[in-house]
Amino acid sequence: MQLGFYIPAVIAIISSILVITRVNAVHALLYLIVSLFSVAVVFFTLGSPFAAALEIIIYAGAIMVLFIFAVMLLNLGKEADVEEKRLLNFKLWIGPGILSLILLIQLFVILLSNNTSGIESQIITPKEVGISLFHKYLLGVELSGLLLMSGIVGAFYLGEKKKKSRHRFFQGENK
Amino acid sequence: MLNLLWIVPALPFFSFLILALFGRRFSLKTASILGAGSVGISALFTILIGISFISNPPENFKFVQTLWTWFNVAGFNPSISFYLDPLSIVFIFVITFVGFLIHLYSVEFMHDEEGFSRFFAYMNLFVGSMLTLVLADNLLLLYLGWEGVGLCSFLLIGFWYKDPANGAAAQKAFIVTRIGDTAMAIGLFLLVANLGTLNINEILTQAPAAWSQGSSLATAAALLLLGGALGKSAQLPLQTWLPDAMAGPSPVSALIHAATMVTAGVYLIARTNTLFILAPKVQELVAVIGAATLLVAGFSALAQHDIKRVLAYSTISQIGYMFLALGVGAFSAAIFHFMIHAFFKALLFLAAGAVIISLHHEHNIFKMGGIKNKMPLIYWTFLIGSASLASLPLITAGFYSKDMILWFAWSSPKGSTILWAAGLFGAFITAIYTFRMVFITFFGEQKTEISHTPGKLIKVPLVILAVLSLIGGFIELPGTLGHLPLFSGFVDKVLPSVHLIDENILQEGIFQIIAAITALAGLYLSYLFYLRRTASEGKTALHKFFYSGWGFDWIYERVFVRPVIFLANINKSDFIDLVYSGIAGTTSFAHKILSKTQTGKMRWYAMGIAAGAVITITIIVFL
Amino acid sequence: MNQVTLEISLALAGVLFIIGLIGVMVRRNIIFMLMSIEIMLNASGLAFVAAGSKWMQADGQVMFIFILTMAAAEVSVGLALILKIYSRFKTLDADSLNRMKG
Repeated sequence: MQLGFYIPAVIAIISSILVITRVNAVHALLYLIVSLFSVAVVFFTLGSPFAAALEIIIYAGAIMVLFIFAVMLLNLGKEADVEEKRLLNFKLWIGPGILSLILLIQLFVILLSNNTSGIESQIITPKEVGISLFHKYLLGVELSGLLLMSGIVGAFYLGEKKKKSRHRFFQGENK
Repeated sequence: MLNLLWIVPALPFFSFLILALFGRRFSLKTASILGAGSVGISALFTILIGISFISNPPENFKFVQTLWTWFNVAGFNPSISFYLDPLSIVFIFVITFVGFLIHLYSVEFMHDEEGFSRFFAYMNLFVGSMLTLVLADNLLLLYLGWEGVGLCSFLLIGFWYKDPANGAAAQKAFIVTRIGDTAMAIGLFLLVANLGTLNINEILTQAPAAWSQGSSLATAAALLLLGGALGKSAQLPLQTWLPDAMAGPSPVSALIHAATMVTAGVYLIARTNTLFILAPKVQELVAVIGAATLLVAGFSALAQHDIKRVLAYSTISQIGYMFLALGVGAFSAAIFHFMIHAFFKALLFLAAGAVIISLHHEHNIFKMGGIKNKMPLIYWTFLIGSASLASLPLITAGFYSKDMILWFAWSSPKGSTILWAAGLFGAFITAIYTFRMVFITFFGEQKTEISHTPGKLIKVPLVILAVLSLIGGFIELPGTLGHLPLFSGFVDKVLPSVHLIDENILQEGIFQIIAAITALAGLYLSYLFYLRRTASEGKTALHKFFYSGWGFDWIYERVFVRPVIFLANINKSDFIDLVYSGIAGTTSFAHKILSKTQTGKMRWYAMGIAAGAVITITIIVFL
Repeated sequence: MNQVTLEISLALAGVLFIIGLIGVMVRRNIIFMLMSIEIMLNASGLAFVAAGSKWMQADGQVMFIFILTMAAAEVSVGLALILKIYSRFKTLDADSLNRMKG
C-alpha cells in the first residue's frame, strides 16, 4: 500500500466534501486550498514533481488567492444566515446525490473492468516537460497565451466602473 | 346554306362573350342591339336554313356538320358537331324566333334595371346553350348544353341577387335539377360503357341490335335518362323548383321556364326514342308520370294567387301533356304541342309581365282587377293566350295540339282509357284555372292604379305571339277537319309514328267533340264562380293543400333537408379537420411541456448535463 | 514497493470530480458554484497527470499546464462577472438570475 498516495487521497476527498458543505465562502476557500495541497502530494507520489510544484504555486497560490480577494471585495455581511437556511434543506441533496452516485458507480465499473499494470515510479523531470512543451506542443503554448490575454482583456473590461453620465439637465441632482 | 348551321349557336355565344367582358362600358342601346340582334340574326339564319332544308332536303333528312373532335380517349371520340333534322329544325326555330321576340320585349322590360348588359349576356349564353343542346350530334355535347342551360337558369332566376329569397329560389332550382342531371350522367356512363359511343345516331342503331326488348340494361339506361328529363322539365317528383323560379324577371320565366329549357326533357326523350321503345315499362312510366303531373299541377294552379305561379303550375301541367304523348308513343303530337305551347305560354308570361309592371310590380291577382278597358291590347293578347291554353275549340292552336294528344292517349296501342280520362279531366281543370286567372285579373273592380302603359317593344312581340297562338294550329289539321298533316308529316321522317289500333274517323270526331265540350264547360264553370260571384281567397284546408303544390315541398323538407342539416350540424367542427387541428394542438402541448425545461436556472442546466452524461455513458458502455 | 495503479488514480480523480459536480448542482451561491468547478478542473488535471505518468511521457503534465492556464483565465473572467452581477442585482443567488427562462 502506498501510504503516500492514500493519505493525501483521503484528505483531498474529505476537504472537497467540506468545501461544498460550508456556509461561509472564505472557509470553503480555505478548505479548497487544503484539497489542492493534498492533490499536489499525490502528484509527487505519481512521479510528477513539476506538476506538483505548478499546482501549489499557480493553482493554490495564485488562483485561490484571487478568489479570496474577490470574495473579500464582495463584502458579504450576514449572508451566512440566509445560506444556513438553504443548507438545512436536505431535500436538495437527494437528486444530485443519486445522479452523481450512479455516475460514480459507472465510472468504477469501467475502471475495475480493466486490468493494467501499475505505474512505475519513474520521475519525469521538468526538463522533459519543458522539451515536450516547446517542441511538440508549441502551438498549444501560443494558444494559451492568446487565451490568457483574452482573459485579461475581459476581466479588465468587466471590472471597469462606468461613470454614470447624466443629462446636463439633471446635473445638479444628488447621485 | 346548310353549311352555315354553325352560325346559329355561335352568334349568341359570341354576343355573350362580348357582353360579359365589355358589357359594363356599353350604353343601353349598344347592349340591346348586341343582345337582341344576335338572337335575331340567328333566327333569320334559322328560317333560311329551314326553307333550304324543306325545299331541298338532304338524304335521309339528316345533315351533320362536324366542327372539330372534342377529345379522343381510348377509342371514345366525341366531336363538336351539329345535327340537323326535322326535329331539331322545329326546336331551333322555336328557340330563336320566340327567343328573339322575348329579347325585344326585354329591351323595354329591363330598361330601368341595373345590370342590363349582364341580363343580356346571360340570356345570350342561355340561347347559345339551348341551341347546342338541340343541335348536338352526341349525348356528351347535349349534356354540355344541358348543364349550360341549368347554369343560366340559376343565374337568371337569381338575377336580382340583392334579395336573398331570389338566391334561395335559384339554388333550389339548381339543386333539384342537379338530382336529375346526376341520373342522366350515370345513364350516359352506362351507354358509353355498353355501347362504346355517345353519338345519337349510332346509339339508335346499335341499341336495338345489342339489347333485346325489355332487357335490364335498356330499362336502366332509359330510366336514368328519364330521371334527367324529369329534373329539367319539372315533372313529378322533381317539380318543386319551377313555381319558386318565378322569382326571376318575367322575360326569364317566358324564355326559360315556359318555352325552352323545361322542354329539354321532352327533346331528350324524343331524340332517344329508340331506347324508350326498347324499354316499354319505362315508356309506360313516362305516360303515367305525365298524367299524374298534369293533374297535380292543374289542381295546384287552381289555388294560387300570384299570377306568375298560376302560369308556372300551368307550364308543369302542359309539359305533363307532352310526357303523356311521349309515353303513348305519339312523338310528333308531343312536339307539336311543344311548339304551340311555346307560343301561347311565352305570350302569357310576357303579357303577365306587362300587367305586373303596369300595376307597380303587383303580383297578386286579387289585388288586380278592372283593367280590361284601360289596357286593351294586353287584355286581348292575354285572352287569346288563355284561350289557346284552355284549348277552346277550332279557333285556337291549342285545341289542335291538345286534341291530338288526347286522341292518341285513347287510340294508341300503348294508351289506355285511364290516361285519356286523366288528360280530359286535366283539360277541364286547365280551362277553369285559366279563365279564373283572366276574370280575376281583368274584370271586376279595379284595386290598383296603373302606373304606366307599356311601349311598342312590349306590344309588338305580344301581338306576334298572339297571332301565332291562333293560326299555329292550322298546319296540322286532324282527319276530321280536312286532314292536313303538314307538321307530323315533316317530323315523322325521323320520329316513329303511331300505328293506331284502328283508324276510325268517326271515333276521332266524337272524341274531338267531347274535348271541345269539356273546354267550354270549364270556361262556363269559371265564369259562374269567378265572374258572377265575387272571388275570394279560400282558406279551407283543401285550398291550402292545393296552394302548397300538394305538399311536396313539405315532404321534401322533412325527408331530405332536415336530416342533412342535422348531420351537418353534428359535423360542425368537422371531424376530419381534427387531424390537422390535432397536430397543431399536439405541437403546442409539447411546446408547453418543453418550455418548462428552460427555467433559466443554472443549477437546473448543470443537472441536465449530469443526467445526460449518465445516460450517455450507460448507453455506450453498458448496452 | 507496490505500485499505485492507474485505476486507483483515476478513481480518485473520478470521486473528486463527482464531488465537484454535486457542489455545482446543489449550491445556489455563484461563488460556491465556481469553486466546485475548480474542484472538477483539478480532478481532470489529476487524471491527466496520472495517465501521463503511467506511460512515462511528459504529455500528461503538459496537458495539466494547459488546464491550469485555462482555469486561471476562467477564474479571472468569472470573478469579474460575479462582481458585476453583485453590483447589479445585489444578490449572489443563481436561481434568481433566471431572466433567460423560456
